[in-house]
Amino acid sequence: MADGNIGLWTVPLAVLGGAIRVSTPFLFVSLGECITERSGRINLGLEGTLVMGAMSAYGISYLSGSPWLGVLAAGLTGALLGALHAGICSLPRVNDVAVGISLMLFGTGLAFFLGKPLIEPTAARLPAIDFGWWSEVPQVRAALRINVLFLLGVALAPILFWAFKTTRWGLLIRTAGESADAARAMGHSVLMIRLRATMAGGFLAGIGGSFLSLFYPGSWNEGLSSGQGITAVALVIFARWDPMLCLWASLAFGGAAALGPALQSVGVTSGYHLFNAAPYILTLLIMIITCSPKRTLSGAPAELSITR
Amino acid sequence: MTTEAADPVDAAATAPAADAGFLQRYGASIEYILIPGAALVAALLVFGGFVALFGKNPLDLYWYMYYGAFGTWFSWQNTLSRAAPLILTALCTALPAQLGMVIIGGEGALLIGALAATSAALALQGLPPLVVQVAMVIAGMAGGGVWILLSGGLRQYRGVNETISSLLLVYIALAILNHLVEGAMRDPASLNKPSTREIGAANMIGTIPGTDVHWGLVFGLILAVASYVLIYHTTFGFAARVAGGNIRAAKIVGLSVGKLILTVCFLAGACAGLAGMVEVAAVQGRTNANLAVGYGFTGILVAFLARQNPLAIIPVAILLGGINASGGLLQRRLGLPDASVLVLQGIIFISVLASDALYGRIGFLKGKS
Repeated sequence: MADGNIGLWTVPLAVLGGAIRVSTPFLFVSLGECITERSGRINLGLEGTLVMGAMSAYGISYLSGSPWLGVLAAGLTGALLGALHAGICSLPRVNDVAVGISLMLFGTGLAFFLGKPLIEPTAARLPAIDFGWWSEVPQVRAALRINVLFLLGVALAPILFWAFKTTRWGLLIRTAGESADAARAMGHSVLMIRLRATMAGGFLAGIGGSFLSLFYPGSWNEGLSSGQGITAVALVIFARWDPMLCLWASLAFGGAAALGPALQSVGVTSGYHLFNAAPYILTLLIMIITCSPKRTLSGAPAELSITR
Repeated sequence: MTTEAADPVDAAATAPAADAGFLQRYGASIEYILIPGAALVAALLVFGGFVALFGKNPLDLYWYMYYGAFGTWFSWQNTLSRAAPLILTALCTALPAQLGMVIIGGEGALLIGALAATSAALALQGLPPLVVQVAMVIAGMAGGGVWILLSGGLRQYRGVNETISSLLLVYIALAILNHLVEGAMRDPASLNKPSTREIGAANMIGTIPGTDVHWGLVFGLILAVASYVLIYHTTFGFAARVAGGNIRAAKIVGLSVGKLILTVCFLAGACAGLAGMVEVAAVQGRTNANLAVGYGFTGILVAFLARQNPLAIIPVAILLGGINASGGLLQRRLGLPDASVLVLQGIIFISVLASDALYGRIGFLKGKS
C-alpha cells in the first residue's frame, strides 16, 4: 500500500479529491447566485463573472505577488459586473435573463481581451493546507491538499443559511424576492436591495473565478471555464435556493467533474470527453427529475422570472 | 450605458417636429429602427473609448472596422460568408422568442447539425453529389432540430427552464463532437487537429457564381423570409404569437400550446443545424472543433438586436458578420487582441438591452393627438 500502488482505489480517491477541489467554484457561484435569486432576480451572467474573476485574480496576483490581493480583485470585479447587471435591470421593461446572457458574452470577451498578456507569465498561487499528513499514500495526500477558499466556502454556506433565516438583511432580501410590493410597503427600495444582492452574488462568483486561475487548474487561459458558471446557476434551482443544499450539490458536482480525469489516470481513456461533460448531463438529469410542469418549485422566490 | 444611448435620441428630439399625422402612423415603426440604431452608435462610442484606453486611436478603429467589413468587394464577400451562419443561428433564438421562450443553445444545434451532415455525407460516399448534398441538408436540419426539440420537450413536459437547458446542451454537444471526432469518426490522417474524414470536394456546396460567397447565404435568406412568412402570415404563426403573448388566453381558445412549442423548437434547431451543415459543406469540408467558433452565441445577439424579427435578422447578421470579418484587420493593423470583437459584441448587446427602456418614451415620436 505504502508504495502508492493502490489500484482501482485511485478512482474514488480522485473523485473525492476532485469533489473538494473542483467543487469550490461551483460552491461560490451557487452561493452568490443564491443571494441574487433570493432577492427576486436571476443573473445568468455569472459565467462571465467567473471568467473575469479568474482573469483579474491572475493579473493582480502576477503584478502584486500576492494571491490574496488577486482574490480580492476578483471579488471586486465580480461586484462591479453585478452592479452593471442590477443597474441595467432596474431600467423599465428590461429582461433580467437577457441582460444575464449579454453579460455572459461581455464578461468572457473582456476577460479574453484583457487577459491576452497573462497567458504566458506565472502568477503566485494560493496556498493549500495539507490535511493528508497522516497518510503515506500519495494519492490520499493529494486528495486532501485543501485550499483555504474551499474551507471559507464551506463555512459560508451555514452562515448564509443562518443569515437568510434570522438577520434583518436576510429578511429584507427574502421579502424583495417574495413580494416586491410588500418590501415597498415597508418603505424599502426593492431596486437597492436587488442591487446589493446582485453585487454580493457577483463578488462571490468572482472569488469562485479566482480559485480557477490561482489554485485549480491554477493558470490563466481562455479555456479555463467551460460552463461552470451556468451549471452553478442551474444548481441553485435544484438546491431549492437553500445555501446548505448548494453546498452538498456543489460537492456532488465536483465529484462528477473529477470522474473523467480520475478514470483517465487508471487508463480508461475512451469516453474522456463524455465524462468531462458529466456535470452538465448530471445538471440536466437532476433538473428533469426535480422540475415539474404542474407547479412552481417549492422554495422558489415568487418574484423570480425564471420559475414563473 | 443608458445615458450614452439616450444622447443621440435626445439630440433628435430637439429637432423640429415633423408632421404629426405621419408620426402617429409610423412613430412606432421608426422607434424600432431609431432606438436599436442609437444603441449601436452608443456601443461603438463606448468601444472607441475602450480602445482609446489602450492608446489606440478610435477613428483608426472605426475606419479599419468599416474597411474590413464593407470597404472592398473582398471584405464584402468575407462579411456575407460570415453573415450566412449568423442568420441561421439567429433564427434559432428568434423563432422560439415568438412563444416567449429564450433559447440560447444555437451553438449546440449547430455542432450537432454539422456532425449529422458530415455523417450523412460519409455514409453516402460515391452517390451523385446532389443526392449527398440533399441528404446533408436533411440530416443537418434534423440533427439540430432534435437538439433544440430536447429543450422544448423538457420545458413542455418537465417544466425545465429552456434557457439553462439549451445552454447545458451546448456543452454536451461539444463533448459529443470531441468524443466522436477523437474516436469513432476520426480520420487517422488528422494528427494535430483531430477531425473526421473529408466529405469530398465534389460534395461541397460551392460558391454563388461570380463571387466567393458560398450558397449558405442563400439558404439563410430563404429560411429568414420563410420564417417571416410563417410567423406573420400563417395561422400557425398567429397561434404562436398568441401563445407567446398570453399563454392562458391561448389555452382558453383551444390552442395546443405543447404542439406549438415542440414544432417551433424543432424548426429553430433545424435552422441552426443547417448553419452547421453549411459550415461543413461550404467552409471546413469536415467536422472538427474548429466549428465551435461562437456563431451560435453571436446569433443570440443578432436575434435580440433584430428584435426577434426574421426579416430584420438579415441586415443585422450582415452587420455583425462585418464586425467579425473586420476582426482580423483590427488584429493586424491596430494590434488589438482577437477578443476585441467579443468585447464589442458584448457592449452592443448590453446597450441594445438597456435601450429597451426607451420604447414609447421618446416624446416627438408619439405624435400629437
